[in-house]
This record gives sequence, structure tokens and C-alpha cells, in this order.
Amino acid sequence: MTKTAILAAALLASTSIGASAETLRWARAGDSLTLDPHAQNEGPTHTLAHQIYEPLIIRDMTGAFQPALATDWAPKADDPNIWVFNLRQGVKYHDGSDFTAEDVVFSITRAKSDNSNMKELLSSVVEVRAVDDHTVEFVTDGPNPILPSNLTNLFMMDKGWAEANDSVAVQDIEGGQTTFASTNAMGTGAYKLVSREPDVKTVLTQNENYWGKDDFPMDVTEIVYTPIQNAATRVAALLSGEVDFIQDVPVQDLGRVGETEGLVVKTAPQNRVIFFGMNMGADDLANDNVEGKNPLADVRVRKAMSMAINRDAIKQVVMRGQSQPAGMIAPPFVNGWTAEMDSSAKTDSDAAKALMAEAGYADGFSIQLDCPNDRYVNDEAICQAAVGMLAQIGVTVNLDAKPKAQHFPLITNDQTDFYMLGWGVPTYDSEYVFNFLVHTRGEERGSWNGTGFSNTDVDAMIVSLASETDLEKRNETIQSIWNVVQEEQLYIPIHHQVLNWGMSNAVGTEVSPEDDPKFKFFTMN
Amino acid sequence: MLAYIIRRVFQSLLVLLIVGLVAFSMFAFVGDPVDNMLGQERTQADIERLRQQLGLDRPFIVQYWRFLEQAAQGNFGLSYRQGRPVAEILMERLPATLELAFISGVLALFGGIALGIFTAIRRRGTAANMIMTLSLIGVSLPTFLIGILLIYVFSVELGWLPSFGRGEVTDLGGWTTGFLTASGLKALILPAITLGLYQMTLIMRLVRTEMLEVLRMDYIRFARARGIREKSVNFRHALKNTLVPVITITGLQLGSIIAFAIITETVFQWPGVGLLFINAVQFVDIPVMAAYLMMISVMFVGINLIVDMLYFAIDPRLRVDRTAGGH
Repeated sequence: MTKTAILAAALLASTSIGASAETLRWARAGDSLTLDPHAQNEGPTHTLAHQIYEPLIIRDMTGAFQPALATDWAPKADDPNIWVFNLRQGVKYHDGSDFTAEDVVFSITRAKSDNSNMKELLSSVVEVRAVDDHTVEFVTDGPNPILPSNLTNLFMMDKGWAEANDSVAVQDIEGGQTTFASTNAMGTGAYKLVSREPDVKTVLTQNENYWGKDDFPMDVTEIVYTPIQNAATRVAALLSGEVDFIQDVPVQDLGRVGETEGLVVKTAPQNRVIFFGMNMGADDLANDNVEGKNPLADVRVRKAMSMAINRDAIKQVVMRGQSQPAGMIAPPFVNGWTAEMDSSAKTDSDAAKALMAEAGYADGFSIQLDCPNDRYVNDEAICQAAVGMLAQIGVTVNLDAKPKAQHFPLITNDQTDFYMLGWGVPTYDSEYVFNFLVHTRGEERGSWNGTGFSNTDVDAMIVSLASETDLEKRNETIQSIWNVVQEEQLYIPIHHQVLNWGMSNAVGTEVSPEDDPKFKFFTMN
Repeated sequence: MLAYIIRRVFQSLLVLLIVGLVAFSMFAFVGDPVDNMLGQERTQADIERLRQQLGLDRPFIVQYWRFLEQAAQGNFGLSYRQGRPVAEILMERLPATLELAFISGVLALFGGIALGIFTAIRRRGTAANMIMTLSLIGVSLPTFLIGILLIYVFSVELGWLPSFGRGEVTDLGGWTTGFLTASGLKALILPAITLGLYQMTLIMRLVRTEMLEVLRMDYIRFARARGIREKSVNFRHALKNTLVPVITITGLQLGSIIAFAIITETVFQWPGVGLLFINAVQFVDIPVMAAYLMMISVMFVGINLIVDMLYFAIDPRLRVDRTAGGH
């Protein structure tokens, strides 16, 4: 009795110390890979960059657009190929220099350069020009109605700072040079970099001269960021009050964190859908027992396999309730998502067996399923569950689970017949899904389409999305592409991942679907 | 003597080269670094460009040769993950691992010897039997489980010790140390116990067996018969003679303490080279993996070389000039 009282007192004491200093101690599984804002297009890297640097437009904690360094934007009245951005006035970088249109031109040009990892998001941009100090024009190769949504992770650097520190070019790792910008950061954001030891600790402090100081809560005055890779240790650090806020709470620990006094778990659907892909394009599969033909080429087999998957069982048993069964491979925030399609997946093993028999596979067949084991929440366990479910309709699945570094090359190199993949949509538009997952695999598009699906009509529709300015017409095209994807059962959707953040109850925030906390929105009490 | 040393050094170099060769032939199976480096929006052209730039399209023998060429000039390349020189990253991380390994080693050695003596002398006592039973835990429980149990008890339930990290460190010109601050010392306790527990129980059991053996010897009986005090018999006569194998084992285990540190460092988010290596494997950061493996093998080979030379110094039979021998 006394022991628990002491423990509770100790916990309360430690959390209240954290709150009064308004320091937020933050832990997640991985660290940012580099401070260079254009070198990596990757979640944890962008999350840290978002505290220090700012893009023209950001997404707030609910995922909605919000003006950042641009105050407003619109296509030019007389030329649909040009977007005009009006920049915020009076914004200063951490070193006191002014943010101007010249910096935007510099940053976008830098982000389009060869070594940049952000250049695909700007592939439609031909030129960026400064009209005056606070107006910028983006010239695209055709009308691009969704350009703004590609800019939410494109950070603005100071041209003078980059030039003075020999960081005009994005780091070229093979060139053997390290750059100042990959280990230092100087932006316009709400927090300034104090110190950083990669993979160990990063300290940020509030920018006293931040332009939005009065527009946002800005309760957090100091951020101490420590990556903690091991999930059990990360949870222990939160339970013992050593950190105030953690991302990536393992599903089996949610109950424990939630029941602990002084801690809360907040949950929201994530911008990531998990699904299986099937190689329908090959004449014969490498790892099946059917000779001379490809069972997956038959849409009835694909439909039967989808019907065999019991998504609710996966949710209850594997995910402990932390998922949202999916019927299409786009998260619910995305333009083109419909509730009807997303709830279209039905489990019916009798109908599935009938379809298998109709397709000539009444006795089933065997196939190999490639699955990652360190990428998605309980990825390997989901695959194991699917193995059992598919066995009920006679499909014998050999599961091969590997680390992500070995799994993903299988998909991009056409070396898998049946695989798991997860997809997030940073642009919040279906075009992104189609470009990577539905378009015929080629130089520009279809790099993640491991299904071998190729339909010239669909390809033409996908390409047309990039330049269709009539949004109504564009949405109709999106729907017709989705209809093909659904009818062809191109993929077997499983579920939408759910995000969990664990935090001291002094911390107030919503859970952002991108898993990227932006601390200027956080409240502390 | 000189010929012997030269021969041993030459053999060591050969071992290093083979370790490197095996390591490089394995890298192809770890995965594709290009995938991690470019993110999901890359095009096929990007992949090919980067693969060519990094030389990953060439056979592993060629990649290995390039690595050796550059390593010979002291250049281990840039980390794919962090974009900083590998040598710099390793030097930054090494103090954390060495300090942890040192404390664990000291703990294992002194704790092991003390408990070993105690359980040998009081071999029928309840306490000794309990220690022996508990030592089975140290031998059989996996390191990560011990670590998590310790975190649960001492960090979460009692709140005495930190669950992760190294605490405050002091920078002594290129060497960061946690020995000089209270939080640094507190942070060392749990990882050091986790890492050293296995070695400690090993040494304890070794000392106990040796002690029991020695205590049965005639000279111990005579010493007792001469009326020498029990303490003096145990510590001056018996213990001295048990220490030779213990020292040998400890020397050999030093290498494995550093190697085992990978797991302990992952559990406690200890910023040493082991954690660096795990991250490198997950990201397929070939330059870091290659440099780490070479560093560890240099260490092992170096320790072995020193041990061999010590034998040479200790054992006169090895000193006989072989060219003159005709037996």
C-alpha cells in the first residue's frame, strides 16, 4: 500500500517537474537521418525539420492545410500553368536575416537538384521565379491543380546562409563530402537547434522572434528529443516519467500506458493502408505449384483470396482492436476515398470456394507470401493470420518474412508473386496512389506496382490527372480508375493503421495522421 | 622470437582479410541500401544512378578491393545513413561502449571472484546454495530479458535509475565520459549489470570449481596442519593458485563483452558502437557495417596476438630455436 503510494507520488512529482519547466522530452523509435531538409524524404527526418524549418504551406495536427510562409496562393488568372504564392511579410530566420522570395527560388531549385530526395514532388515544376520580394510564381509543365499539396514538406532555407556555409548543393554521399547543412540547421521555424548528437539526443529551444508566436499555443519552450529504438524501453521511459511524449506505442502496451495515472494514450487513424499485392502479370509464377499458368491472373482467384481474409478477426486478434478494416488501398483522408468502397470487402469463404472452383482451382494451389517483419505494426503476425485464412479456401501459403531492407527490393525488382505493402499518401490525393501502385511499371510511374497490371486506358487516365484543371471532371476520372482497381481486385486491402501517441496528461495535442508532431501546436499545463 | 612474431602478425593479417571478404560477400544478402536512401518516391533512373555512384552494381570482390584501398589510406567512407565520415562516427561512439565494457568487466571479475570464493568456502551453506541457484539465471536468461526486467524493477517500479541513455556526459577532447557526473554513473549501473551478469556467473563458477579443486590439494592440508589461519590458507595459498585460468578466461571474454554489448545497447538505447551497428544493419549502411566488423576483428585478432606473445614469454619451451631442433 505504502509502496504504491510512494510510486504514485514519485510519478506525479516527476511529471509535474517536466510540466513546470515546459520542457517536452520526446522519444520515438528512429532519429532524423540528416538535418539537410532536402536530402531525405522520410518521416522522422521531416518531423524534426518541421520544428526548425518551415514550408510555404503546412498541414496542421488534423491534416488540414494552413498557411505557413505563404499567406495565400492561387493559380494565375490568365495562365493555368502558373501558381502564384504571396509570401508572409516580416519573417526572419533564426540568425536575423529576412525571408524573401529569393530564398524560395533558391530552396525550390535546390530541392529539384539531382542529389535531392524531394525532386519527384516537384517534377511538374519547370521554373520558380520571384516577382517581387514577397511574391513567387511556380511555372509548371501543364496545369497542376494539386501543386500546393506537394509543397507541405518542402522547407525554405536561407540562401545567404547556405552560400556562406558551402551548402548550396544537397549532400552527395558518394562524392565523399559532408556538408554544413547536414549537421546544422537554420530556418524560420518555431524552434532553434541548440545541440544535436545523431541517434542520441537533440535539443531545441523556442524561437523568441517567431512570426507566429501569438497565433499558436507555443507552450513548449524546450524540446529534448531522444530516439529509443526498443519498444519496451520506450514505454518504460514514459512510465517512469523520464520522457513526456512518445510515438510508436506498441499495441500490447496501450492498456498499460492508459491505465497508469498521469499518462494518456491518444489514438487516430494513420495515413497508411496495409494490403497484399499479387503478381497477375507473369505468365507463370516462380514460387507456386501450378505449372504453365498463373492462378493470380484470374480475377476470380484474386476475388476469392480477398473474400477469404477475415479483416475483423485480424483487427481483434492481431491488432488488439487498433486498426480499421479496409476495402480500398487509400486512407480515408484522401481525395477519391469513398466509404462505400472502403467497406466493400466481405468475408465469405463459401463464395470464395465457389469462385475458386469456377476458376478451375477447386483443389487450391500453393504460393509464397513475402512479408516484412520490421516495417508495419505487427506485419509478420498479419501475414501469419492470412496464411491460416487462405488455407480455408485451399490456397497453401508459404510465408517468408524478412527485414524491410530485403523485402522491398523484391517488390521493386519483380521478384515476388504475393507480397505485403503499406502505403501512405502525403499529397492526400488518389493520383499519388495511382502513379505508384496502378500505372504500368515504367521510368516515370508505377515504380511500386509489383502486380504486373498494365492497362493503357487506365494509364492514360492516370496521366491525365496531372493536368486536369476541372476538378469535377478530375474527380470523375479518379472514380473510374478506382472502379477498375476494385473490379480487377488489383490488391487485397487489409486495414488502415491506427496511430498511438502516449503522453503525460500535461501534454495537449491531437494525433496527426502523418505521425508528425509539430510542437508549436502543443499545449502544456 | 622475431620470426615467430612476424609469422603471427602475418597470420593475423590474413585472418583480417578473410573476415573482410566474408563480410562483403554477406552484404549482398542484407538488402539494398538504395531503397532506404531514396525513399518511396524515387524513380528507376534514380535507383540506377545511385547504385552506380556507390559502386553497388559491381561484384563484391571489386567493392571489397575498393574498401581495402581506401581503408589503407585511413578513409572508411561516408555513412549512407548519416552522411558523415564513418571513422568520425565510430570514434564518437567508441567511448560509450568501452566504458560500459570496462565497468561490466570489472564487475564480472571482482563480483565473480568474490562470489566464487564465498560459494567454495561455504559450499554447504544456504546462502552459497542460493547464489549457485541464482547464478543459473545469469547463465540461462537472455541478455535482453534481464535488461528489461531490471528496467521494469529499478526504473518503472522503483524509479531509482534511468531506463535509457548515458546521462550527462563530459567531453574530454574527443573522449566523452559518463564517469564524471552523477547521472552518467547512475545510467551505467543497469546496462553494466545486464552486460556483465553472464560473465560474472561464468567467472564465479570457474573460481568455485578451481577453489574446490585446490582446497583438496595436499599443500592446503599441510598448511592447515601447520596451524596457519583459515583466512590466510584460503586467500594466500588457495586463491593465488586458482587465478591463472581466471585471468586467461577474462582476457578472452573481454572481446565478447564488447560484442555482446550490441544487445545490451539496444535495450538501454546506449549510444555505443553496438547500437550503431544494429542501426547500420537495418539501414544496410555498408560502410558502417564494414568498418565495425573490421574494427571488432582487429580487436579480437589483436587480443589473440598479445595472448600468444605472452605465452611465448611465459613458456620457455616455445623459445627453442626451431631451426636448430632435430627431434
